[in-house]
Amino acid sequence: MSNAVATDVQVAPNMNGSPRNASEAVAKSLKRRYAAEKRFRAYGLVAIIFAALCLAILLVTIVGKGYSAFTQTMIRLDITLYPQDIDPDGTRDPDVLSTANYQKLVKQAVQDLFPEVTNRRERRHLQEIISPGATYHIRDAVLEDTSLIGQRLVIEVPVSDDLDQFNKGFISGDVPEVERRVSDKQIAWFNRLKDRGVIISTFNTTLFTAGDSREPELAGIWGAVVGSFFTMAVTLLLSFPLAVGAAVYLEEFAPKNRWTDLIEVNINNLAAVPSIVFGLLGLAVFINFFGLPRSAPVVGGMVLALMTLPTIIIAARAALKAVPPSIREGAFGIGASPIQVVTHHVLPLAMPGILTGTIIGMAQALGETAPLLMIGMVAFIVDIPGGPLDPSTVLPVQIYLWSDAPERAFEERASAAIMVLLGFLIMMNAIAVVLRKRFERRW
Amino acid sequence: MQTAILAVTLAVLTIIGFYMGRSRSVSVAAGNLRRLHSLPGYYGYYVALWCGIPAFAVLATWLSLETTIVETLVIASLPETTQALPESRLNLLINDIRNLASGNIVSREVDPELQAAAERYQSLRQTGFLAAAAVTLSLAIAGLAWGRRLIGPGLKARNQVETVVRVFLIVSSTIAILTTIGIVLSLLFEAIRFFALVSPLEFLFGLKWSPQTALRADQVGSSGLFGAIPLFSGTLLISFIAMCVAGPAGLLSAVYMSEYAHPRMRAVAKPILEILAGIPTVVYGFFAALTVAPFFRNTGAGVGLEISSESALAAGVVMGIMIIPFVSSISDDVITAVPQAMREGSYGLGATRSETIRQVIIPAALPGIVGGFLLAMSRAIGETMIVVMAAGLAANLTVNPFEAVTTVTVQIVTLLIGDQEFDSAKTLAAFALGLMLFCVTLCLNVIALHVVNKYREQYE
Repeated sequence: MSNAVATDVQVAPNMNGSPRNASEAVAKSLKRRYAAEKRFRAYGLVAIIFAALCLAILLVTIVGKGYSAFTQTMIRLDITLYPQDIDPDGTRDPDVLSTANYQKLVKQAVQDLFPEVTNRRERRHLQEIISPGATYHIRDAVLEDTSLIGQRLVIEVPVSDDLDQFNKGFISGDVPEVERRVSDKQIAWFNRLKDRGVIISTFNTTLFTAGDSREPELAGIWGAVVGSFFTMAVTLLLSFPLAVGAAVYLEEFAPKNRWTDLIEVNINNLAAVPSIVFGLLGLAVFINFFGLPRSAPVVGGMVLALMTLPTIIIAARAALKAVPPSIREGAFGIGASPIQVVTHHVLPLAMPGILTGTIIGMAQALGETAPLLMIGMVAFIVDIPGGPLDPSTVLPVQIYLWSDAPERAFEERASAAIMVLLGFLIMMNAIAVVLRKRFERRW
Repeated sequence: MQTAILAVTLAVLTIIGFYMGRSRSVSVAAGNLRRLHSLPGYYGYYVALWCGIPAFAVLATWLSLETTIVETLVIASLPETTQALPESRLNLLINDIRNLASGNIVSREVDPELQAAAERYQSLRQTGFLAAAAVTLSLAIAGLAWGRRLIGPGLKARNQVETVVRVFLIVSSTIAILTTIGIVLSLLFEAIRFFALVSPLEFLFGLKWSPQTALRADQVGSSGLFGAIPLFSGTLLISFIAMCVAGPAGLLSAVYMSEYAHPRMRAVAKPILEILAGIPTVVYGFFAALTVAPFFRNTGAGVGLEISSESALAAGVVMGIMIIPFVSSISDDVITAVPQAMREGSYGLGATRSETIRQVIIPAALPGIVGGFLLAMSRAIGETMIVVMAAGLAANLTVNPFEAVTTVTVQIVTLLIGDQEFDSAKTLAAFALGLMLFCVTLCLNVIALHVVNKYREQYE
């Protein structure tokens, strides 16, 4: 701003002199003023480029960190399923089969890979190349097909998360041994296995089918996705009718008085209340006062519904306002009651706008984390929730939990979960855009 | 599961009620629908409302009170000595009983007494559910019959149904007020309990924050100090850094987009900013903690600066990126609202575009821009996930952006995650902090909205 002011001051005294002097002074200052103009314009462009660059860096780092989570390093194990270990009495009773000592079989199979390792400590070290989840893979295979018992089974089981990271190139063999999580021995074994061709890289289905786990290679987002689904369902069921009701009342029926003013001020303020405060409300009212279960999607859904209400109400009111009065007058003219005018004419016409607002509100709720931390949805939950009353977590909270974990493999999975979350959000917003484009009417 | 089946049954009954009411009205009219006061559908809704509302109301009441009632009864059946236990231990016991009843792992030895209590708990719940089912189902059927009986040609079904709809509309519009009241009451109530333990003066002006309440009187380093000044200063420091990033970037990009940009450029830049606004905060937190903070630390180490890996700088910069779209969209609005005549007047005097913007448009839009900044500031103060993931836990009283500071929201989260007894100063402190947060953001919002609205009126 000082530049331009200086220009004015310089020009001013010359104004008293001859017109030629003045125009000369202006011409002289023009160059500087145009340069300032260009600079200012560049600042604006830089600001936008900065924002775009931030977005690009954000997305690139997340994809760069997370794409590798979609593959999992597996090892092909050759296991003999001795009947005396699995089902000594030959009853094929599922209870017996599911509690059998598969770990012993896995240990034996791993041992057979390197028969020359005899030292006890080294043998234990050797076992660490396999994920502890390998036993479950074998148990599931046996439970599915009991005729396998007594035969040789060639099965692919995940390697430990550290070797998986090593295989993906995130742990370099060049750093000193004490500074990395895999030892020289393990690397040597792993490379020999690779030469034998038993190490393979497969699509990581566990990531999309399992719940959380302490072992990165066994952890998946499915539990969180299901939890998010239940939470969103509760949110939608509560917030949509209430928001539409509130918007219709305020826009179509409410008299203009102090009470409705108060409601409006309230809605606007609630839209700007920090989300964590809604979490405190949920904790104090829903959990402590009403005694609803902690960590349950019902409570999460209720909190998020209160949080998204203002967004949807504001969008719905805008949509209702856009319906021209002539529609209402026409309906009144043929004898409709006020409620009929709204339900038969105004609401259907405003519906695309309301739905767009609802989807945007739901997208906000889907990405929300802080209030859910307050009501205990951060618990470590392995099981896939079966209903809105079961303890569960949601996708953003899962991301938070994983990014806090020390293992690098969890960081990779958190990035993958972010990609999934962003995928959902993009989908929802795309639907909103399509709705707006297709059904938006201008009168 | 049982409850879900009951709810679905009630819903089915309600739907049946609709069809019964409708067909009943048609038969009452004896083929001449003009004899009816309302359209047949309204009689259907009428019966459905009679059937559904009382039943669902009773069901909802039962569900919200079930736990409290059952637990009170179970506690009453326990031996006197157990009942005399302090509340926290009693809660643990109840938890175990509940776990035992639902077949989960229990944290203590299962003695016959516990077993009996668990069985009692289970049987009480079962009885309660059966009673609730009987009551709601009979209410639904009675309502159905009653509603159907009332149907006659003279019944003003439409008016009555519309009254119910109106009541629903009014009730849903008051939810906003109820929410605000709920927030204020719950925060206030717990905060008052906190201030009974810790003096408000110490809380507001104390310089030391270490909320780990002493377990033993002689315990070292865990004195339970609740001076919130370091939290406020940390919050302000991070918000200030965020505004330093978001203010110029947001304002300049808004100016560029509204005054310079070609429509095609606008069509690209606007969605980019909207995407930035739509990214969940947990993603920003991840970015801040695992990409930006290490980057700053390494760069700092490269030039000989010691930057903490939980520095205020990383959290603040990422938060700034997050609120760029917020600042820019409000600034864009207010800049576009400046009347065209003012621009043209300035151009007519020979001013260049940037001179017009700097000396005419921005001063004219200043109140709106300030309002937008205040809103963005309140957003930054209340932001949680970025700071939880990227800022520190230790309450340092410093203005050095390279050090770790903690914020109000971080402390609320850390105090409330994990174990919770509702009488320790630790958990209650979270509510006192929440109250402060609510008040400050509310004030900022009220002022900002007032300023923005005043400004809008000026040019309308």
